[in-house]
Amino acid sequence: MGELRLMKGNEALAEAIIRAGADGYFGYPITPQSEVIEYLTAEKPQERTGMVVLQAESEVASINMLYGGGATGKKVVTSSSSPGISLMQEGLSYIAGAEIPVLVVNVVRGGPGLGDIQPAQSDYFQSTKGGGHGDYRLIVLAPSSVQEMSDFVPVAFDLAFKYRNPVMILSDGAIGQMMEKVELFDTIPRLTDEEVKERYPWATNGKPKGGERRIITSLDLDPAKMEEHNRHLQEKYRKIEENEVRYEEFQCDDAEYILVAYGSSARIAQKAIQLLREKGVKVGLLRLITLWPFPYKRIEELAAKGVKGFLAVEMSAGQMVEDVQLAVNGKVKVAHFGRLGGIVHSPEEVVEALEQKIIGE
Amino acid sequence: MSEIAIKDIIKTENLVYKKTKLMTDKPLSYCPGCGHGTAHRLIMEVIEELGKENDTIGIAPVGCSVLAYEFMNVDMQEAAHGRAPALATAIKRLWPDKVVFTYQGDGDLAAIGTAETIHACNRGEKIVIIFINNGIYGMTGGQMAPTTLVGMKTSTSPYGRDVSLMGNPLKITELVAQLPGTYFVSRQAVHTPSAVRKAKKAIRKAFQNQLDDAPGINFVEVVSNCNSGWKMTPVDSNIWMEENMFPYYPLGDIKVDGEIIK
Amino acid sequence: MTEEIIIAGFGGQGVLSMGKILAYSGIMQDQEVSWMPSYGPEMRGGTANVTVILSDERISSPILRAYDTAIILNQQSMDKFEDAVKPGGTLLYDPNGISRHPKRTDINIYRVEAAKKAAEMGNIKIFNMIVLGAYLNIKPIVKMENVIKGLKKSLPERHHKLIPLNEDAINVGMKSVETVSTTV
Repeated sequence: MGELRLMKGNEALAEAIIRAGADGYFGYPITPQSEVIEYLTAEKPQERTGMVVLQAESEVASINMLYGGGATGKKVVTSSSSPGISLMQEGLSYIAGAEIPVLVVNVVRGGPGLGDIQPAQSDYFQSTKGGGHGDYRLIVLAPSSVQEMSDFVPVAFDLAFKYRNPVMILSDGAIGQMMEKVELFDTIPRLTDEEVKERYPWATNGKPKGGERRIITSLDLDPAKMEEHNRHLQEKYRKIEENEVRYEEFQCDDAEYILVAYGSSARIAQKAIQLLREKGVKVGLLRLITLWPFPYKRIEELAAKGVKGFLAVEMSAGQMVEDVQLAVNGKVKVAHFGRLGGIVHSPEEVVEALEQKIIGE
Repeated sequence: MSEIAIKDIIKTENLVYKKTKLMTDKPLSYCPGCGHGTAHRLIMEVIEELGKENDTIGIAPVGCSVLAYEFMNVDMQEAAHGRAPALATAIKRLWPDKVVFTYQGDGDLAAIGTAETIHACNRGEKIVIIFINNGIYGMTGGQMAPTTLVGMKTSTSPYGRDVSLMGNPLKITELVAQLPGTYFVSRQAVHTPSAVRKAKKAIRKAFQNQLDDAPGINFVEVVSNCNSGWKMTPVDSNIWMEENMFPYYPLGDIKVDGEIIK
Repeated sequence: MTEEIIIAGFGGQGVLSMGKILAYSGIMQDQEVSWMPSYGPEMRGGTANVTVILSDERISSPILRAYDTAIILNQQSMDKFEDAVKPGGTLLYDPNGISRHPKRTDINIYRVEAAKKAAEMGNIKIFNMIVLGAYLNIKPIVKMENVIKGLKKSLPERHHKLIPLNEDAINVGMKSVETVSTTV
C-alpha cells in the first residue's frame, strides 16, 4: 500500500505530477488552483527528481512552454482555471495540430468572463469539442475525488504519449479545494535524455548523428497536404474513441432511471441515488471518466434496454446533456439539472429534479 | 564561354565559397534582395563551425520566416505568433546542454510577442534570439509594424506613420538591453559584405556565449530591408535603409558581457 | 458508520484546522474522510465553515445540505445551520456571542463554554481543541490516540511541542460539555 495522506485535490495533483516522472511544470497562478504551483515550488522537485518548475509570465506563455518542452519529448504539464484555460486555447490548437503530448489541468470555476472562484462545470464544451480553432480533440479525463486527482496524472501522461495528443484533466474548484484521504503511488523515475531520444524519434532534441533533422509544426501551406494531415488526425481520434472510453456504473443493473454526471456532480449524484433508493426509486449513476471520448455506445445500450429516462447532472446550463441526447437519440426522455455560476447543487436538489423532470412527466 | 571552359573553372581547388551543409537545398522562398536568406545562412554557418549540428534546436516564428525550418537543416519547431521565447525557455531548461535559438521578425518579437520577449530576457534564459527588423509586416502584405519609422508608408499607414495616431517606432533592442537578464545585445545588418562579416561575428559571439553558459540572453538584431513591402528595388531599399533605418536603429554592439557600452 | 459534520464559525476560530485534525484522526483509524471548506452560496455570509465526513464506506457527496452534527461557533452560523441538522441529530455550540439560542426539540443540543475556558487556560488559540474535546465526548467517533496521531500529521513538525497543550485542551473540552436538551 502506498503512502496515505490527507490532501487537497490540488496538492494531490501536484504531488502526483512529481511522482509521475514529469520533467517540467510551467504555470501561472489563478484561483482556485494556485495550490498546485505553490506546492510544487515548496517541494523543490528539482532536488527530488530533477523536475523543472517555472512560474511563467502568463497562461499564454505557459502553454507555449508546454509546446516547446513537449516537442522535445519531455513530459510537461500546466494547470490553470477557466479564464486561464481560455487564454491557452491558441496554444492547445497548435499543440493538437503538431501532435505534441502534453498535460493540461483545468480546475474549473464559474464563468463566463472573470466569473467567480467557486466550482463549476461550464467548460465542458470548450474541453471536449475542441476549444481553439480547427478540427481537433483533447482527451479529457474527469476526476471525481482527490484520489483520482493523483491517479489520473500518470494515466494522462500515458495517453498523451501513446497518441501524441494533448490530454486535459478537467477538474473543478470543489475537487481541487476539498481534502480527502489519498494513497500516493510510488515515484515513477523520469526518463533519461537517452531514453527520451530512443522512445520518441519524432521529438526535436538535436538532430541524430547521421540522421535526418526533425520538424515540429502545425503549418502546411499546401491545402492538399493539410487535408491529408487532418485526415490522419481524424483517424487517430477514431482510434481513441474506439479504445479509450472510460466510465463507471453505480447501481445501473436494475435502474429505471439513470443520472449521468462527472466530477463533483457525480459525487453529489451518488448521494442523491442513496436518497432516491431509500424512497424506492430504482435509479443508477453513469459516472463519466473520459468526457472525450464520450460513452455514446453505452448510453445507447442503456436506453435500448429499458431505462425510462436520463438526467444529466452538471454544474452548467446544459452542456454534457447534449452528448447524452445524441446517444439516446430521442428513444427516451433526457433532461438536464444543474446550478450555475459557481453554485454547487445539493443531493436533495438532484432528487427533486429527477422527480419533477423525469419521473413526474 | 564554351562548356569545356566552365568545367575547367569549377574545380575543388578553385573553390572560394561553399554553402554550409546546414542550409537545405530547398530554394529560399524569400523575395530576391531580402536579407532573410543571408541571416539564415550566417546562423547555420556559425552552428556548423561550432560543431553543434546535432545539439541545436531552433524556433521559427510567424511572419515571412515562418518556413525557416524548411531551410535550416537542424531540429526545428514552428511557434505560434510571438511565442518563440516561451518555447525556447522550456527547451533550454529541460535540455540545458543543447543550443537553443529563436528567429523572429519585428511583428512577432516586438508586437504580439512583447511579453514573451521581455520576460524571457528578464529571466535571463540562456538562449540566443535573432531578431530581424525590417520595419514592416512582410508576409501579410506590408502592414505597419511596431518598428515602422515615423512617416513611413505601409498598407495600414497609407499616409505615413503618424505618431499621434499610431505611436512611436519601438526600439525593443535598446529596451531589452536595460534588463539585467540580457548578456549580449547587438544590432547588425546584412546588406553589404562588410556588414555581413560583422553580423556573423556578432551571431557567433551570441552562440559562443550560450555554449560558455553565459548568464543571460544573447540578443542580435539584424536590421534588414523589405524591398517588396517598401515597394522599392533591392538596391534602392538598401540605400533607403542606410539613410532612414540606420539613423533610428544605429548598428553596433549595445551590451557586451552584461555591460551596456552605448 | 457515517458521520456528516458541519463546523461553522468566524474565520480565525480554527474551524478549518479543527476539521482537518478530525479528518486526519479518521484516516488514522482506517476510515474514509472528506473535508470540504465553505463553498457554494453559504460562503457569502462572512463565516468560515467546513463539512467533514468520516465513514467506513466510500464517501459520496462531500457537499451536503443536512448533517448528523452541527458544531456552531457564532450567531450567523446558528441562523444558517440549526435547521440543517437531521432530526435526531446533534447540535453543539459555544454560547459566547450567541443571542438567539437553538430552539429545536427534535435534535440533541449541547453547549461548551470554549471561549471562556480557552481564556482561563491563557491561550485563545486552543479554543478549537476545547470544542473538539466537547464533540468527542458527545460522539466518540475517533479514539484519543488517533486524535493525537492526527494532530501530529496536521501540525508542522516545529509545532509538535504544542501537542500536550492541545491534548489538555481536548480534555478540558470533554469535561466542560453540558447537555442543553435531548430527544430522549
